[in-house]
Amino acid sequence: MLNREVVIAGAGPAGLAAAIEAAKAGAQVLVVDLNIKPGGQLFKQIHKFFGSSAHRSGIRGMDIGTQMLAEAEKYGVEIWINSAVIGLYSDKIVSIERGLENGEKELVNIQAKKVILATGASENVVRFKGWTLPGIMGAGAAQTMINVNRVKPGKKVVMLGSGNVGLIVSYQLMQAGCDVVALVEAAPKIGGYGVHASKIRRAGVPIYTSHTIIEARGTDRVSEVTIAELDSKWQPIPGTEKVLECDVVTLAAGLKPISDLVRLHDLDLTFNAVFGGWVPKHNRDMESTQSGIYVAGDTTGVEEANTALEEGRLSGVAAAEALGYLTAEQAKELKDDIWERLDGLRMGPFGEKRMFAKNDILADFPACVK
Amino acid sequence: MCMRIKDHVIMGSDTATATVKITVDGKTIMAIEGEPILAALLSENIMVNRYTVKLKEPRGLFCGIGQCTDCAMIVNGKPNVRTCITPVEEGMIIQTQHGNGMEEGGGTHA
Repeated sequence: MLNREVVIAGAGPAGLAAAIEAAKAGAQVLVVDLNIKPGGQLFKQIHKFFGSSAHRSGIRGMDIGTQMLAEAEKYGVEIWINSAVIGLYSDKIVSIERGLENGEKELVNIQAKKVILATGASENVVRFKGWTLPGIMGAGAAQTMINVNRVKPGKKVVMLGSGNVGLIVSYQLMQAGCDVVALVEAAPKIGGYGVHASKIRRAGVPIYTSHTIIEARGTDRVSEVTIAELDSKWQPIPGTEKVLECDVVTLAAGLKPISDLVRLHDLDLTFNAVFGGWVPKHNRDMESTQSGIYVAGDTTGVEEANTALEEGRLSGVAAAEALGYLTAEQAKELKDDIWERLDGLRMGPFGEKRMFAKNDILADFPACVK
Repeated sequence: MCMRIKDHVIMGSDTATATVKITVDGKTIMAIEGEPILAALLSENIMVNRYTVKLKEPRGLFCGIGQCTDCAMIVNGKPNVRTCITPVEEGMIIQTQHGNGMEEGGGTHA
């Protein structure tokens, strides 16, 4: 069996940040990711991030990804791509299905001292008649195709959902050369930031609030959808139906934390609607209810890339401290800085509810950790 | 029909050229080295990857990151390969998958 001091599941912003902090302090770190490239969703974020300069605002997500990979390499972080953590046993034995150069897979067991779970989130689906037709996909899937693979999923797109993902991906689809036929939102008002919505409006895309998709039709591919207005009880109003021609429908109905590994290891969970579902309980070190197992990023509640990055850093610093690479004093200084930035990211009308939700989770952490 | 994004306001011009030859249901298409099979298919506007086991309904790209398996196809004779996370290789033979791809006629042959 191989030995590694820190094993991290997920090479997105949280996992990479955790790896960089732990390795910088001197720990031996392995990051495992099931994708063919590390970076998680950072490389599809071609827009500039928000926040103050301390939060790398004004920098595009894809450039943050490149910077982080360079830093990880500099500090000697080992990254296994095309590899999945498939088991997590007692005493921190991590089972990995490792992808090999020749396309085969092999099972590797690793004895870790600390484990950090940064498995991210997955997109929610919306079920309506015909929702399984090809051409109907997650907004993130469309974003991956246009911004990472540089290929259009189709020509005429109907976007369902007006949170930041729906708004930003709509705009990016237009940048890619697709025609966004309409933005459909079930709620009476737009969910995301006004600045993103304005870009869509200025481009002349019709925005249908209090509307949803009733049905999608097509043979072997979506060719049209019927939308209808919703009443105050979210029920379609007969007679308000409209038919929109399209060859792609993108679903942007929020995300939920990926908690498979968390459940596998029997960590205590708590339900949090603001964060998108069941999330592992954790303390201010991002340590779960089992000593030496840390959680970070969207796994602990769906937020944004910059919060995931800061939470990753926290877990990396805490793991390095627990391994003896940082004194309590050194670690405290680093963690205080990170918390200050996290608090900054969780302010304002959009961030405040996430601050309250995070505080609820921290307050819920059992005094006596297993 | 080419669905590739050649020029982009943020990402600039794409300099990659399609040099890898793959076969999809008997038809030869060109792919860019290192790209997922699915991207090469989309560049030709091919959207159906498989048909379901019981109802034989079409399925195509849904999550794009290897989670959902809707884009599974038969690759070099092996069924259930997630085309969104599997890179193209020279001479690869891709087939639309019918059902679980194991039974007779599981793939759409040339």
